[in-house]
Amino acid sequence: MRSPLPVAWIRRALPTRRRAVTAGVVVVLLAGAVAWAVWPQGPKFRSEAAMLTVRSGPTGDEPVDLDTTLYLPEGASAADRVPAVLLAHGFGGTKESVRSDAEDFAERGYAVLTWTARGFGRSGGQIHLDHPDYEVRDAQRLLDWLAARPEIATDADGDPRVGVVGGSYGGALALLLAAQDQRVDAIVPMITWNDLPRSFLPESTGAESTQGVFKKGWAGLFFGGGGNVGSGPAGFSGDIAAQPEGAPEAAGPPSPGPGAGPGTAPSSAPAGAADPSCGRFAADICAAYLRIATTGRADQAAVDLLRRSSPAGVLDRITAPTLLVQGEADTLFPLGEADANARGIAATGTPVRVAWFTGGHDGGAGPQTDSDRVRYLTAQWLDHYVKGEGNAPGDDFTWSRIAGFDAMDRGLVATGYRTADYPGIAGTSRRDVAVGGPAQRIANPPNGNPAAISSVPFAGALSALLDGVAGDLPGQHARFESEPLDEAVDVVGSPTVSIRAASPTGEAVLFVKLYDVDPNGASALPNGLVAPIRLTGLPAEIGAAQPVTVTLPAIVRRFETGHRLRVVLATSDQAYATPAEPTVYTVATGDAAVALPTVTGEQIPTTAVIWRWVLVGLLAAIAVGLVLVVAVLRRRHRRQDTSVHPAYADTPLAVRQLRKEYADGFVAVSEVDFEVHPGQVVGLLGPNGAGKTTTLRVLMGLTQPTAGEIYVFGHRLVPGSPVLSRIGALVEGPGFLPHLSGLENLKAYWRATGRPAADAHFEQALEIAGLGSSVHRRVRKYSHGMRQRLAIAQAMLGLPELLVLDEPTDGLDPPQIAEMRRVLQRYATGGRAVLVSSHLLAEVEQTCTHAVVVNKGRIVASGPVEDIVGESPSVLVEVSDPVAARTVLGGLDGVRVLDDSDGNLVVDTNGTARSEVVAELVRAGIGVDRVVPRRRLEDAFLALVGETSRGSGDR
Amino acid sequence: MAPSGAAAGYRPSSTLPFVAEFRRQASRRRTQLALAFMVLLPLIILIAFQFESGDDDNGRGEFGSLVSFATSGGLNFTLFTIFVSASFLLVVVVALFCGDTVASEASWGSLRYLLAVPVPRARLLAVKLLVALTYSALALVLLAGTALLIGTLRYGWSPLRSTVAAQLEPGEGLLRLLAVLGYLAVVLLVVAGLAFLLSVTTDAALGAVGGAVLLWILSSILDQITALGAIRSFLPTHYSTAWLGLLSTPVQTDDLVRGAISAISYATLFWGLAFWRFTRKDITS
Repeated sequence: MRSPLPVAWIRRALPTRRRAVTAGVVVVLLAGAVAWAVWPQGPKFRSEAAMLTVRSGPTGDEPVDLDTTLYLPEGASAADRVPAVLLAHGFGGTKESVRSDAEDFAERGYAVLTWTARGFGRSGGQIHLDHPDYEVRDAQRLLDWLAARPEIATDADGDPRVGVVGGSYGGALALLLAAQDQRVDAIVPMITWNDLPRSFLPESTGAESTQGVFKKGWAGLFFGGGGNVGSGPAGFSGDIAAQPEGAPEAAGPPSPGPGAGPGTAPSSAPAGAADPSCGRFAADICAAYLRIATTGRADQAAVDLLRRSSPAGVLDRITAPTLLVQGEADTLFPLGEADANARGIAATGTPVRVAWFTGGHDGGAGPQTDSDRVRYLTAQWLDHYVKGEGNAPGDDFTWSRIAGFDAMDRGLVATGYRTADYPGIAGTSRRDVAVGGPAQRIANPPNGNPAAISSVPFAGALSALLDGVAGDLPGQHARFESEPLDEAVDVVGSPTVSIRAASPTGEAVLFVKLYDVDPNGASALPNGLVAPIRLTGLPAEIGAAQPVTVTLPAIVRRFETGHRLRVVLATSDQAYATPAEPTVYTVATGDAAVALPTVTGEQIPTTAVIWRWVLVGLLAAIAVGLVLVVAVLRRRHRRQDTSVHPAYADTPLAVRQLRKEYADGFVAVSEVDFEVHPGQVVGLLGPNGAGKTTTLRVLMGLTQPTAGEIYVFGHRLVPGSPVLSRIGALVEGPGFLPHLSGLENLKAYWRATGRPAADAHFEQALEIAGLGSSVHRRVRKYSHGMRQRLAIAQAMLGLPELLVLDEPTDGLDPPQIAEMRRVLQRYATGGRAVLVSSHLLAEVEQTCTHAVVVNKGRIVASGPVEDIVGESPSVLVEVSDPVAARTVLGGLDGVRVLDDSDGNLVVDTNGTARSEVVAELVRAGIGVDRVVPRRRLEDAFLALVGETSRGSGDR
Repeated sequence: MAPSGAAAGYRPSSTLPFVAEFRRQASRRRTQLALAFMVLLPLIILIAFQFESGDDDNGRGEFGSLVSFATSGGLNFTLFTIFVSASFLLVVVVALFCGDTVASEASWGSLRYLLAVPVPRARLLAVKLLVALTYSALALVLLAGTALLIGTLRYGWSPLRSTVAAQLEPGEGLLRLLAVLGYLAVVLLVVAGLAFLLSVTTDAALGAVGGAVLLWILSSILDQITALGAIRSFLPTHYSTAWLGLLSTPVQTDDLVRGAISAISYATLFWGLAFWRFTRKDITS
């Protein structure tokens, strides 16, 4: 059997389903957007890994296996040749270290050849430190191999169109290869050296490397091979700290032996090189390292060996346009190395461009803006000089300065700057700041222990944080401070300091540092850079000491106004080898002030500029949109039908064929028609759920009708119609601010109408409410009836021409109900009208002049109450024997028995006098207990409500 | 009689005047309590600092230093107060003012009487929104103002210090502080928008306020999950801490600008939806 339940359920479910569809579409769209955002892009290139055997060495006939990967962009073929990039990795890395960069280049349309340098990873051979006969010749053979590939564009037979890119170890290879092989079309060496002896044995007064102070911290790391050596900007050659395969293990405990480490090529490493102290280092390199590390000094042979691996001597042979990228946070290869390379290459007229970024061997890739800039510069350089696309990149100089921490990801933020010409590390102008202080005696600790810490290799981005950590040990350092700066200085380049020193031994090793000291005394050593010096021929007394000029490593730093410069001379530094003998030096400032080189540059606009415009655009769009919306609404408002329906111009309320169907399909009002005229008190009568409240809601503009119209004084009523201001209403119970008193509520309500206070007639309203002194109590404390009365008073504020009250007597006691009746009847005089809804028949009967009876959304009766309520032709007769009575009455002419229940008969007398009916019954011997005249309204009400719910309308 | 048929003295544009709504809200206990707490909080923090034992263990991250600098001057004290309130307290307060405003009227039943005045629906929303935003701004200003006042009285008028940049002279520091407040206000527009949208959608004031706060927290949690990658920058809370960039020198505006774009877009969207919904819906409460 079909029950109505499923139908109702389906009806209710339908709009929900519609909603579900909408929600589903939204979810799918969102999911799609997310998927689109995170979906891995299919590679636009393919790669081929191969173990190539090349022949190199001094005679060019020693075979070595190189582990290579060639990345070819999509579509590269003999018919469509592409330029190539030779991508070298950093020290301790493998071809895998540069994979992501290789993929980037491949996606930019370059064939990319990466390989693991000899002595690392699965490649064979030994480490010769970019030796021209070994590593560099290996790379030349790779160029041959590239030229032979059909997909690679060539300049001539055997001459591939190729750029060489690499960081650190790979950067030096790029320089040395370009010097040795003219087939290279462009190079981008990053964070690399100019002179290897100077890098490991620096001496900042300009002495020979044999006088240099051994940078033992870095050297040990390299020789030990641990860690991520040679991380460059934009990730070049970085990221393999966790992959020590093939790294030399000299410093390790008994290892399986060089060349037999995990992943090393099984056969290529000469078995004779199996020396546990050298790992995969070539014997000459190893021996030189052991000599230097033992004594802390380099002999000429060791310096010569290292110089062989340095671009310094061969820069004049480089003709490939060179983009030099160097890191500011780099205690291994400071900015001066790139400067030397730049000057050497530019001397022969080769195009050179220099860029500094805030990372380096200590600082890593630097902030995103720096990586982006380096990527952009590299791509631009290669595109022009290798691919032949785009304008000449020019030779302007860009650099950046740490501006602070990123508020979002806690990383560092750098501000980029640009200037037209490369100024070198001496800057374009100079600012002298005098530092002073008495001569001080400082002790050299035996064996350099304990030692000050100025930098920690591989501290990564943390190194910038170490600025303030640098620990100078008491008794081992002297300080000389300047006055507070009266204006900020933007240092870009190498500061110089003049000092004097005396030593009883005639020699001294000192570390010169330039601190930035803020007014609170906190000091920072920019990037942990120190200048080691080894002074000889010193007098024993400071008075006799000659001033020497120390060139500090180049820095990029802003010394703020009010900050002081502090020159520190220290005797020890953990990163360097110092004399083992304890000595006490006397140090003092020299004859010259600290010279701070400066460069004026313009700030490089970042994407922030675009975003700023986006913001401005967004605000403008919102403003324009707002204006448009308001204009459209105004226009629509003006076009709104303000005409008065002539038929209803004087009718307070006319409801025409009103229908309201809720979203869930429930029809609350199916068709309602009625009018309220001036002077009338109209009762809207119906059982609960008849549609009375819905009708009133539509009337108050709270709900949109599905069909039909409402006219108030001839004005068509829509939600918010101004004509609503002529209606006072109580719909669905009172609504007050519970924390205000009754009076305050009325006043707050009237203020919300924006009408003059004098129009409110508070006195009359309060009188009707009859709350007495309770009107000053909070509404929260009111009884139901009090709220009801206050609500009626609120509805009457301003004495509206039409008063609409929904169940006004709800909660009132009988005397108050009686009073309310009088009030309403009085109110309706003088042209005003009242519409009262109620489910109580008696109330309507006693209060209203007219009644409209609704049930199930339809009007079942309407008219003057007297007409409806007046005497009906039917009577209710209670008899002792209903069956007999029915027979008797059936015999009377015109009389009809309408109903029969519980011994009660409803009889339509149809003109026959009631007395006659009773007489007939009595005559027939039927006892008549009761005869009650019936009224039409009651009839109608009973008919529509049904006997079962008699209680709701009949009492 | 007016052609619109309105009662004498009635003009749609003069219904529910800003002042009337402002007074309506001012009379509410929750408004008074919220604003009073804004004054009280800096006092509580100040008293709490009096118990400082000198055991400095605040070094969590670069911005942990805001704690250690908090007592170095009025500006720093204010900054610290804002720092501890921004992530939750101010969110709740803004959600309260914006989420409660329409929903509570609906739950009291007074909303239908306002609409029957009639206050045009768009006007009702506009006035309520403006008043809610005014109270939100007032709360922000009260919090910062009180903190600045008592902080300066207690710790003096010193430069603004932080580890991320050089210390700023008091004048400059005050400007930065105002900029921080301004940015914070912009970011909180998202909360205001969300709470307001929920407020017109539900009759339960608690639902609107709590819903907005919950969604804000959800967004914050998602923002912590780095695996979401670029999607995170579309989260409304992603740039909520970008105001810290105002403390560095030079000022980092990148994230501020992006945060402002994000916040304004979201707020516009939410408010647009709120207006669209409210001007069409049947008021059934």
